Amino acid sequence: MIAAEPLLSVRNLRKFFPVFGKGFFQRRVGYVKAVDDISFDLMPGETLGLVGESGCGKTTTGRTILRALDPTDGEVFFRSNGETVDLAEIPNRQLKPLRPKMQMIFQDPFSSLNPRMTIGRIVGEPLVIHGMAKGSELTDRVAEMLVKVGLKPEHAIRYPHAFSGGQRQRAGIARSLIMHPSLIVADEAVSALDVSVQAQIINLLEDLQSEFQLTYIFIAHDLSVVKHICDRVAVMYAGKIVELAKTETLFADPKHPYTQALLSAVPDPDPDVKMNFALTGEVADPANLPPGCSFNPRCQYAQSRCTQSIPPLREIEPGRWVSCHLLDEPESPPSREDDASGPKPDND
Amino acid sequence: MPDIAENVLEVRNLKTYFYTHDGFELPAVDGVTFSVKRGKILAVVGESGCGKSVTAYSVLRLIQKPGQIVDGEILLHTSDGQTIDIVSLSERSDELFHVRGGLVSMIFQEPMTALSPVHSIGNQITEAILLHQDVTKAQARQITVDILTKVGIPGASERTGQYPHEFSGGMRQRVVIAMALVCKPQLLIADEPTTALDVTLQAQVLKLIKDLQADLGTSVLFITHDLAVVAQMADEVAVMYLGRIVEQSDVRTVMKNPRHPYTIGLLKSLPGVSTEAERLPSIEGTVPSLTEIPPGCPFHPRCPYAVSGTCDVGGPPELQRVAESHSIACVRAEEINGK
Ligand SMILES: Nc1ncnc2c1ncn2[C@@H]1O[C@H](COP(=O)(O)OP(=O)(O)OP(=O)(O)O)[C@@H](O)[C@H]1O
Ligand SMILES: Nc1ncnc2c1ncn2[C@@H]1O[C@H](COP(=O)(O)OP(=O)(O)OP(=O)(O)O)[C@@H](O)[C@H]1O
Ligand code: SF4
Ligand SMILES: [Mg+2]
Ligand SMILES: [Mg+2]
Repeated sequence: MIAAEPLLSVRNLRKFFPVFGKGFFQRRVGYVKAVDDISFDLMPGETLGLVGESGCGKTTTGRTILRALDPTDGEVFFRSNGETVDLAEIPNRQLKPLRPKMQMIFQDPFSSLNPRMTIGRIVGEPLVIHGMAKGSELTDRVAEMLVKVGLKPEHAIRYPHAFSGGQRQRAGIARSLIMHPSLIVADEAVSALDVSVQAQIINLLEDLQSEFQLTYIFIAHDLSVVKHICDRVAVMYAGKIVELAKTETLFADPKHPYTQALLSAVPDPDPDVKMNFALTGEVADPANLPPGCSFNPRCQYAQSRCTQSIPPLREIEPGRWVSCHLLDEPESPPSREDDASGPKPDND
Repeated sequence: MPDIAENVLEVRNLKTYFYTHDGFELPAVDGVTFSVKRGKILAVVGESGCGKSVTAYSVLRLIQKPGQIVDGEILLHTSDGQTIDIVSLSERSDELFHVRGGLVSMIFQEPMTALSPVHSIGNQITEAILLHQDVTKAQARQITVDILTKVGIPGASERTGQYPHEFSGGMRQRVVIAMALVCKPQLLIADEPTTALDVTLQAQVLKLIKDLQADLGTSVLFITHDLAVVAQMADEVAVMYLGRIVEQSDVRTVMKNPRHPYTIGLLKSLPGVSTEAERLPSIEGTVPSLTEIPPGCPFHPRCPYAVSGTCDVGGPPELQRVAESHSIACVRAEEINGK
């Protein structure tokens, strides 16, 4: 059941990184607008997908929400034990007891696991830091978690270097889940896993979600996984959300030209269905965005107003948000031209 | 014209083992045999931990203690008709240096393996060019900016002064791809090159690799677990399980008519953009650890086709030919048909 109060409300979140010029004085010459005015609500037990071009700000969004990075601007309201706090502004002292409630599963399992610690210590460390288990109880809980993610209790005494990328990723997941958090930002959590293990981990994430009412922000490139696991999906481009909708709606009828391009580039497992290499042009540079809609240099529908003003994210129907000037007039939304390039139903 | 071998790379019975401090011998790669045809793309797929990266590292002789190549041959046939026996090269030989980063280059699964955190992106690529190509510093810098633009780094000329931590995960991966492509290798080893990229960039990078193959005749050893990418990229496919190759054939046969039960299971677990099923099908059980490889066929505890008394005794089944250029390591190879 989804309760009426959101677990998380993000409002106008911004995270800019300064860019310094060359030369001795290193003057600041601009900003990378990694996250630029992002707002959304997340209900308890919900899974929100975050997809978009590499470098568009997904990881930065996740890390800023969890206050692993300090936001440049904006609010992040988080509900915990019946109270709402603004994670963006509370001091570190108040943040510490909330940390176990919010966890991140990382994209890069190689650099996120300490090479000098055994897998058992890595997985159990959060329990130790927060004084929640020790001795044989600690060993037992670590062993139980390792088994849950498909590793073995005896792996606890090995070091990360003895594991393959996929195995390390499982250890990272075990570490994040051991505190039974309420909010999890899973950043490419299953990307390193092959399909059969991926399926097991996704099933596991779903089981844990219903067992503990976990809420996920699920960052991923693999759209078939996103489609399977997410209730809603936010599509990002150059630091902004350009489309936000229920998963089925988004996949069945993407409205933003970038979403359309993204969906059409999904490779098909049938070698006879040729891949679409259509979306070309330079990847958006968040340090140097064009005026107007950031997607305009690559958009086949771009008109003069697209280079003049930034299209606002508007709710075009209940629960469905799009930022594209073409949708300013409801009569002429862009429709997907060739359905042939889209994903195929597998009917064998 | 010297006689050029049809295969650019031949790996025969490769065994690469790790020796843990507590006394275990881990047969990460245990008797792998395959070849990469000149100008073709061979994809290696398989469960995580099955030995794909260790195979790739072995080809470049990058295995470090506690690991060791304990048996087998790795032969590189260059386009000028030479054959280099990689296993026998000494660690500090000029030949090995020429192989690494010259004849053969590698896109690493973990970009930070190949990048130094303390040098700027631009300097790292420029250095690599100067090491292996006869160009001036200024030319090398220009080549650097060009290749970075090609792999889709926006504002490449301004960003060459930045450091890896200032790049997103996918941007770092593109830098590593740029570094591997810049020396125009004869054999490119790509270890999960697009796993960190979104699908549109993935399409761009895959196209880049395909173009390189078409324009320069580069051969590619393409490691991935993404079966859709395999379908789009590969000419041939080798499927690995627990350090061995269990099925090998051309891409159409493997994707449409797989015959090894593990391959059949893998293809069934594809989430498929169209699958609405509540739970994803997956292969039962987990991969056994390398310290307790089951007797008989290593896949038998998870195999729906396993027959006791046949599949669980003796050594692992040999890779045997079941059709013209289609090989399978399964005791019941003749009886099982994927579709
Ligand atoms: N510490 C930093 N300093 C400067 N710029 C940064 C820093 N971290 C990220 N950026 C920049 O912010 C932008 C967004 O990066 P982010 O890692 O959030 O992207 P992403 O969407 O997660 O990409 P990917 O899919 O490749 O992981 C990029 O342009 C990146 O270069
Ligand atoms: N330094 C090491 N010490 C001990 N064992 C190792 C070491 N490096 C790799 N291994 C083992 O070798 C096996 C094969 O690892 P490898 O990295 O080749 O897997 P992979 O197929 O590339 O997996 P993935 O898809 O997760 O990248 C794994 O079981 C791993 O634990
Ligand atoms: S606003 Fe204009 S440029 Fe931007 S996506 Fe829509 S049509 Fe294209
Ligand atoms: Mg990221
Ligand atoms: Mg690997």
